[in-house]
Amino acid sequence: MGNGTELGRVRGLGSAHEGAHGWWHHKISAGSNLVLVLWFMLSVALLPAYDHATISAWLAQPWAAVPLILLVVSVFYHFHHGLTVVIEDYQHDHTRFVLLLLLKYFTIATATLAIFSILKIAFTAGATL
Amino acid sequence: MANVRNSARPLSPHLSIWKWGPSMAVSIVHRVTGSGMATVGTILFVWWLGALASGPAAYGAFIDLFTLSSGKLNIAGYIVGIGLTLSFFQHMASGVRHLFLDVGANFELGGNKRTALATFVIAIVLTAGFWAFLLEKSNG
Repeated sequence: MGNGTELGRVRGLGSAHEGAHGWWHHKISAGSNLVLVLWFMLSVALLPAYDHATISAWLAQPWAAVPLILLVVSVFYHFHHGLTVVIEDYQHDHTRFVLLLLLKYFTIATATLAIFSILKIAFTAGATL
Repeated sequence: MANVRNSARPLSPHLSIWKWGPSMAVSIVHRVTGSGMATVGTILFVWWLGALASGPAAYGAFIDLFTLSSGKLNIAGYIVGIGLTLSFFQHMASGVRHLFLDVGANFELGGNKRTALATFVIAIVLTAGFWAFLLEKSNG
């Protein structure tokens, strides 16, 4: 394999056979985001009030808590991919590596915090906190 | 991370020399709204959920940041609320348009330009409708 030109370094390596994978998953999560976020906005708009008791009682229902957890999984997966693409497009060298690493930590930390909070509200609503 | 680009060669100066058009604007706004929601939106969403799970006092402190003592939204509440709603509807409209582009449809110049402009109109109309509903409900 050549070592001189850029073409020479990649010639013969072939496709990685996984280029479309991320793109396809981005589309799948876009579809579920569309449904789940519209459901969330409609549900919040229809709530009678926005005090702690009302929202906790709403999230205590399986039909609110479960779609909200699905929303977190779908939306956070989607934005992780989206921000990865943005970073890869505009950042190079070490900054890219650091930002991609920080993005992974950020996504996993916020998703865990969100899902734990939803579960805690769902399981303890009505109990004295 | 290997940098294989020869830095002596110029990059395309695309943004600085291209004449702005609707398709280009939609693409850029899609990235800006997506990045905005992924950062500001995520932090506020998780903060809201964490405050809810921490109890009425923590939730009250969170709500106080965005409301007046009367319970109505303050300036920060309106800017963040309307900003995120507009970002979502814009990102949603251009995302749906993108799904058509992905299957190879809507690349004719006229239709492509019209749907690009339509995403802005749809986003503004849906945001106005959503907030008209919310404000009507809280006042009525």
